[in-house]
Amino acid sequence: MKRSIVMATALTVTWSLPAAAQTKDANAEFEKFRAEMEESNPAELFELKGEELWKAKRGPKNVSLAESCDLGQGIGKVEGAWVKMPRYFADADAVMDGERRIVWCMTEKQGFKFADIAKKPFQGANDNNAPDITNLVTYVASASKNMKFDMPLHDDKVRDAYETGKAMAAYRAGPYDFSCNTCHGADGKRIRMQNLPNLSSPEGALRGVQGWPGYRMTGGVMLTSQWRMNDCFRQQRFPEPKYASQAVTNLIAYMTGNANGQMYKGPGIKR
Amino acid sequence: MADPMKIRAQMKGDVAEIRILMSHAMETGQRKDAAGNTVPAHFIQSITIDVGGKRVVDGQTGTAISRNPVFGFKMKGAKAGDKVVVNWVDNKGDKRTDEATVA
Repeated sequence: MKRSIVMATALTVTWSLPAAAQTKDANAEFEKFRAEMEESNPAELFELKGEELWKAKRGPKNVSLAESCDLGQGIGKVEGAWVKMPRYFADADAVMDGERRIVWCMTEKQGFKFADIAKKPFQGANDNNAPDITNLVTYVASASKNMKFDMPLHDDKVRDAYETGKAMAAYRAGPYDFSCNTCHGADGKRIRMQNLPNLSSPEGALRGVQGWPGYRMTGGVMLTSQWRMNDCFRQQRFPEPKYASQAVTNLIAYMTGNANGQMYKGPGIKR
Repeated sequence: MADPMKIRAQMKGDVAEIRILMSHAMETGQRKDAAGNTVPAHFIQSITIDVGGKRVVDGQTGTAISRNPVFGFKMKGAKAGDKVVVNWVDNKGDKRTDEATVA
């Protein structure tokens, strides 16, 4: 598409199409497509698998997450849990986001080894199946469909995570001297044809937390927020954060806090 | 063993809107894996859909369809309570049948 614009401008000097208008049209077209796909989001296939996994007795200790895992709303209760995380969990003495909490339950309650989960936590482009953890995250997230984000920012420990996440988003480093905010800190930024949400605004932050976990149509893979954080780090040429680490929780807390009070539509669908 | 489908069937006025989500790799047979070996083709070859005991779709599908395909259509002549039975068979002989009811 870019090439055709360049060629067209080279051929005629009088004819010029403002790039902004073109981007806007392309976006409007894509939004129509997305709206259509939202009604049959393949993420639902992963929700089904996640629900089975949530209820199945698994791991060395042979217990189900449904009978052992507390996501903050009581043991086994998933409804509305996703939109109220990250939150502080006294039993782990840490602020955790949803994925990190499920990993914690899998290791502490079911007896899985963290290293085994962390070895391949994300679906690769050529994998037919998503890892168990991704299915579980998708299921738990789907149980908060059409609920409002309500991360407990009044809790000092959560506030701490939020503020640390905010500072991390502004931290410039690496060979490109990039920070998260270089791309995601102001309105109207884009990479190639992709508009980038301004994560410091409520609307932009909502796009961030609404998008992941999400089904990515390119390659047909289901990916989580943790993966998105890793990929942003990679694109900044930073070392990637450790899986399910506090750093990732802090960034998710920053975004979720900014998105607070807005409606979550359930697992997302991406280009 | 193939994973279950997700079927949604809803009356909108006198038209039934039916959407089926299938879980399938839909390998084209054109890709190579990390070791350079061709990934063998694996795709849904035929789909049949019965609504209220009547066959309404009997189709052949190929490798141009994405992974985890969505198949949606609208039809007249269905009514709430009709049973929707979807069946697919892939090129390896694997198959799956799922049911839903028009709401």
